Amino acid sequence: MLERGEVGNSWRHERWDSLRLLTPNWQSRLPGLAYDGPDPDEYMAAEEVAGLITRFAAKAPVRAGTNVTSVRRDGDDYHVVTNQSEIRSRAVVIASGACNAPAVPTVASALPPDVEQVTAFDYRNPGQLPDGGVLVVGASATGVQLAAELSESGRSVMLSVGEHVRLPRTYRGRDVLWWMDASGVWDQRYDELDDLHRARRLPSPQLVGTRDRATLDLNALTAMGVELVGRWAAVRDGRALFSGGLRNVCSLADLKMERLLDTFDEWAGTGNDAPGRLPSTEVPRSTRLELDLRRGEIRSVLWATGYQADYRWLDVPVVDAKGNLSHNGGVVVDSPGLYALCLPVLRRRKSTFICGIEDDARDVIDHLSTYLAGESRAPDYALAHD
Amino acid sequence: MTTIDNGVNVQALLEAREVLAGAPEAAQFTWKASSKWTNGVHSETTIQNFFGLGEERSHKTEAVFDADHPEVFAAPDNGITPIEYLLVGLAGCLTAGVASVAQNRGIQLRSVESTVEGNHDIRGILGADSDVRNGFNDIKVTFKIDADASKQDIEALVAQSQKRSAVFDALTNPTEVSVEVA
Repeated sequence: MLERGEVGNSWRHERWDSLRLLTPNWQSRLPGLAYDGPDPDEYMAAEEVAGLITRFAAKAPVRAGTNVTSVRRDGDDYHVVTNQSEIRSRAVVIASGACNAPAVPTVASALPPDVEQVTAFDYRNPGQLPDGGVLVVGASATGVQLAAELSESGRSVMLSVGEHVRLPRTYRGRDVLWWMDASGVWDQRYDELDDLHRARRLPSPQLVGTRDRATLDLNALTAMGVELVGRWAAVRDGRALFSGGLRNVCSLADLKMERLLDTFDEWAGTGNDAPGRLPSTEVPRSTRLELDLRRGEIRSVLWATGYQADYRWLDVPVVDAKGNLSHNGGVVVDSPGLYALCLPVLRRRKSTFICGIEDDARDVIDHLSTYLAGESRAPDYALAHD
Repeated sequence: MTTIDNGVNVQALLEAREVLAGAPEAAQFTWKASSKWTNGVHSETTIQNFFGLGEERSHKTEAVFDADHPEVFAAPDNGITPIEYLLVGLAGCLTAGVASVAQNRGIQLRSVESTVEGNHDIRGILGADSDVRNGFNDIKVTFKIDADASKQDIEALVAQSQKRSAVFDALTNPTEVSVEVA
């Protein structure tokens, strides 16, 4: 196992200070390493996650401080170059994930120079930003959490909202991710989804892991004084132009949340009494459509517009035009012996959650060992599953 | 199961989506209109040809649209106001979307009616107040839909229709517009 930095590197060095997991502690389990601490319903801080991974890694043959600079095919093998050495290998599993670098929209290049720009990748805490108003762009888990944190720090915060996923933190007294797990939603397989492409692009849900298990949706942010605006569409003459379609992205998110909770009710056989359903998202009657970026109302922009994978080191032509690895359930079909783990909905909806890796890894490793055993590749790449 | 028929050939659209996903150049369309001043604030715009799927194409017949202004604008009212054409476009686009999404989701429609209201402060176009914009302040669309579906499913139809609407996008997001003199 090659690790470019230290074990748990991105949790230690590439996340903001206050970050906590979205999954409750009891769900943050790895094979043979269940949570045994005193707070199963609370959420781990990034440092605790790094600790968990370090404990797990004690059993694994990790070579830390080994940065892979190139992987290319060499006959039926792979030639791997690192900053330490060169390795010849019959198979390679890419487990570097989908969040190696911030994804920032092109509109960023049109901002006036006196507006400071920070990505969620580089953001650590409110003190890092210049005094004054902040425009947070993106309303997934990252965006809503950072908008709340900046607002609590006393700043005036505007949040640019595109399509998003709304969830209550708890439903019928249980963590919403308990429902995702127990009802089987998380186990939905990648090859059984109506629209896998969409499922893989879904932003992280508007959740935060706090001791009081509070819901952090747009209504909560509005109540804190955060101003909602539509998706950031363009910059023209130093003015940010926001979409007038905010109401509809909120309706879409409300409707999808209701449908998800309906499926939970159906699974639980609880009938349709719908207790504790959240009210619809309140969208101001008229939202701001433009903002003069030179007027000083906003001094900084925080891009919470997602992450992307970095495959610049992968010298095998298996990355598509959008920068995504072409694979079928973690099997890179076009390059036998090459595998992936830890990508969104790799084999199941839960693929990118800590507790989701186990089932995926078993399936992918099954395929890999069959391949190494020299047997013919499984004809349709439909890997063994229960 | 009864067959759902809203008259939309969803199969063809789904096939086109599949094909065009891998052929972005064929997906490039250019819609065209030609306009001619008549007199006063009256003009006549014709539409017949467009470019798409790699070649010049045309509608079965030429369509002619008169644009003028009502008498309160001291005009002879030979046709609707240009900004009202935006309402025509929005209503047409959202309604087409509702029918298509309903067909795709297996929902039989019985009737789909909508009203579209564009609120407009004309002090902008008159130059009476430079703080007032020229275009709509806001637009309100109200759908009345009779279909074999729950209220929630109908709301989802309307939401999805907006999500995939060309005109909704053109009105809610800025578009680069260049106007030149040939």
